[in-house]
Amino acid sequence: MSLEASVRLTQGPLDLDMELAIGEDEVVALLGPNGAGKTTLLRAVAGLVPFNSGHVSLDGHVLEDAATGRYVPTERRPIGFVFQDYLLFPHLNVLDNVAFGLRSRGMSRGAATEKAVQWLDRVGLKSYAGAKPAELSGGQRQRVALARALAPDPRLLLLDEPLAALDVTTRADVRRDLKRHLASFQGIRLVVTHDPLEAVALADRLIVMEKGHLVQTGTPAEVTERPRSQYVADLVGVNLLRGEADHGSVRIPGGPVVATAGAESGEVFAMIHPRAVALHHTRPEGSPRNVWRGRASNIELMGNRVRVRIDAEVPLVAEVTPSAVKELDLVEGGEVWLSFKATDVGVYPA
Amino acid sequence: MRRERVPIVVLIPAAIGAAFFIVPLVGLIVRSPWHDAVAALTAPETVEALKLSLVASLSATAVGLILGVPLAWVYARAEFPGRDLLRALTTLPMVLPPVVGGIALLLAFGRRGLLGSWLDSTFGITLPFTTAGVVMAETFVAMPFLILTVEAGLRSMDRRYEEAARALGASRWRVFTRVTLPLIAPSLFAGAVLCWARALGEFGATITFAGNFPGVTQTMPLAVYLVLETNQEASFILSLVLLLISLVVLVGLRHRWLGSA
Amino acid sequence: MRRRVLLLIVAAGFLPACGSGGGTASSSPSSASLSGFIHVFAAASLTASFNALGISFHQANPGVGVDFNFAGTPTLVTQIEQGAPADVFASADTTNMDKLSADGYAGGTSKVFARNQLEIVVAPGNPKAITGLADLAKPGVIYITEAPSVPAGKYSLQALASAGVKVTPKSLETSVTAVISKIELGEADAGIVYATDIKAAGSKVQGVDIPAASNVIATYPLVTVKGTKSADMANSFINYVLSSTGQSTLATFGFLPAA
Repeated sequence: MSLEASVRLTQGPLDLDMELAIGEDEVVALLGPNGAGKTTLLRAVAGLVPFNSGHVSLDGHVLEDAATGRYVPTERRPIGFVFQDYLLFPHLNVLDNVAFGLRSRGMSRGAATEKAVQWLDRVGLKSYAGAKPAELSGGQRQRVALARALAPDPRLLLLDEPLAALDVTTRADVRRDLKRHLASFQGIRLVVTHDPLEAVALADRLIVMEKGHLVQTGTPAEVTERPRSQYVADLVGVNLLRGEADHGSVRIPGGPVVATAGAESGEVFAMIHPRAVALHHTRPEGSPRNVWRGRASNIELMGNRVRVRIDAEVPLVAEVTPSAVKELDLVEGGEVWLSFKATDVGVYPA
Repeated sequence: MRRERVPIVVLIPAAIGAAFFIVPLVGLIVRSPWHDAVAALTAPETVEALKLSLVASLSATAVGLILGVPLAWVYARAEFPGRDLLRALTTLPMVLPPVVGGIALLLAFGRRGLLGSWLDSTFGITLPFTTAGVVMAETFVAMPFLILTVEAGLRSMDRRYEEAARALGASRWRVFTRVTLPLIAPSLFAGAVLCWARALGEFGATITFAGNFPGVTQTMPLAVYLVLETNQEASFILSLVLLLISLVVLVGLRHRWLGSA
Repeated sequence: MRRRVLLLIVAAGFLPACGSGGGTASSSPSSASLSGFIHVFAAASLTASFNALGISFHQANPGVGVDFNFAGTPTLVTQIEQGAPADVFASADTTNMDKLSADGYAGGTSKVFARNQLEIVVAPGNPKAITGLADLAKPGVIYITEAPSVPAGKYSLQALASAGVKVTPKSLETSVTAVISKIELGEADAGIVYATDIKAAGSKVQGVDIPAASNVIATYPLVTVKGTKSADMANSFINYVLSSTGQSTLATFGFLPAA
């Protein structure tokens, strides 16, 4: 069974136009920069945001349809929602928080308590049943929020930036637990995140969004190996160009022609890994087909590598060793030549 | 623990402000004839007035809650043309002189009033000169305090908790009773206390609309006023009673009131 | 409830002859040798008549401004005893005047300046057909009166007692003015007030006589207040009220003569 949604709405500066088709055999992550509309889309699926046109249907049942006016209120949708700030009810203790969804759906107090205790046990917080949310740490609250959302056995699990509120040290542990719970959940799982590490760790499939629109979708490997947007390219840390290919060259609009080794034609992406970009003091001679002159605009030490951003025909990032930087006498604002081989350019259809 | 020193610019006006309230109260305590206190307090008229005051003010608070919370909800959550005007109208009693409020009530609910004449002719119900009339007068002047406080509470609460509850399957009513109300409990409480205190002290609207008769409509403020004319010193004692009741309530509930309002 | 009427203040500096002396008791208004201000605290039932007296007194004594404070008599006594600035006190009964005296606030011996009698007040047209005190106890009649601490209230109890009528009022108002207002508004059907009040209310209310046998005559005394800084002007005002001019003015308002 699956979730099918197509949502078009406007909220302030955001124009959202997205389609989703998610089965229960995959964990899907909505990835994108802030303001991309990921959370809005999630909330629209939950029925918390009205949309101009489109529909949402779960397991074949129409939950919302702008055309017919059908609208199943949020409280009657079989969903579990984990909010970014968890939103545990401050006036209820942990047990009552977890039992809330069960009680709301008509379960008796005794049965609800029993089930809530089971869930608390599963997340390892049974002994905290009587505590108030304010007494728990961030990681503990996240687990309670998850248990609360899962306890009523929802068909659709929606998580909004589930790890964003945690500090870095807690995050890794919680992510592991979350992955485990997601794996054992039998239903449709949709996670929203702006953290690529989180997306790659948790999801079987990524949906990349920017400015309310779909940019790229695929497995984490597919997305990272073949980024289709500057955003993903930046996340992965590669150079991405887009242009018109013509059997061995790619013309960048308003810019240079990049020599490539392929036979592609048509609109393409050209990806160059920073490691493949070499820096020179003077104009280099040799086999590399792509030689540009530029100015070093940013030099950043990252561990035992240095990332240098060059403003050339188009801006590119090169990755070299610190000793290379010293040898080249490279400073920010300084002139430098760069080169990369045609064979190092990954070209794929746009 | 280092305590922050109060700047002199703040201290002087604050001290004057405090004195403004404390001196009259001290005056009342000092001038009261304590030897006659027991007699004044146990006199049947006093007991009757006290009972009536408590019953009426608590009833007015109850009515205030039943009618005021929905109104506050409408003001905080609903959008419709004329909402601001409506809110202004229902807040008017706060700035209206109480006697004017009493006259307005007469013109509406008195024997010849807009609604009152209909009530009289259809059901034979008259509201002036009845205890119900006292409750109405007190509610009229006191409810706006409750509405404003609760509205502020509703506006300032994090509405995402309501979304969380809905996402867990709670019906709108359940969201309201199990999530919204508990979250605004401090404002609700503060509003009720303010409403009660205002109702307890109400004089002008009460005497104008409901009249004054021991046991039926003579509340403590009215009793104090009339006793003032015959037995000045006894009136001091009665005033102190009102004062002490209010003080006990306000001090005793200070933590809950100021805690998280 | 209280009505303050501020008459014109004439700056003393504009007057030809300024002086604080002179102006003792006589049967005609005194000369313009007095100047200043007096505060007269008078019972509510004296509102209309004393306003008129104030105007004519000022016309006769252009240098003197008269400021009135009308309220229920007991209220006035409280105010005076708590230090309110009064120069003349006009009471609606002797009990309150005696209290003021006994408490040491009277500036001299009080003098009776008028008398009043009670009358039943009803709505115009007398819709409930009240013909006498006995009708006040009729079922369906809403009867209100003043609180017993107000002279009129005390008298109404006496009148009812001497007529042998048992009736419980629906409300005990704090002044005759309040009673009349409620009759005018139609909230109550009948009340007992002074004859002068009914006259003052004009066509807004109607009166029903109380026979002399059960009626109560109220005696109105007035006095200067002890410690007044305007004793001469205060006495001048009192003398004016007691003069034939003053007395005839009072008569036009329905008061019975002082003696």
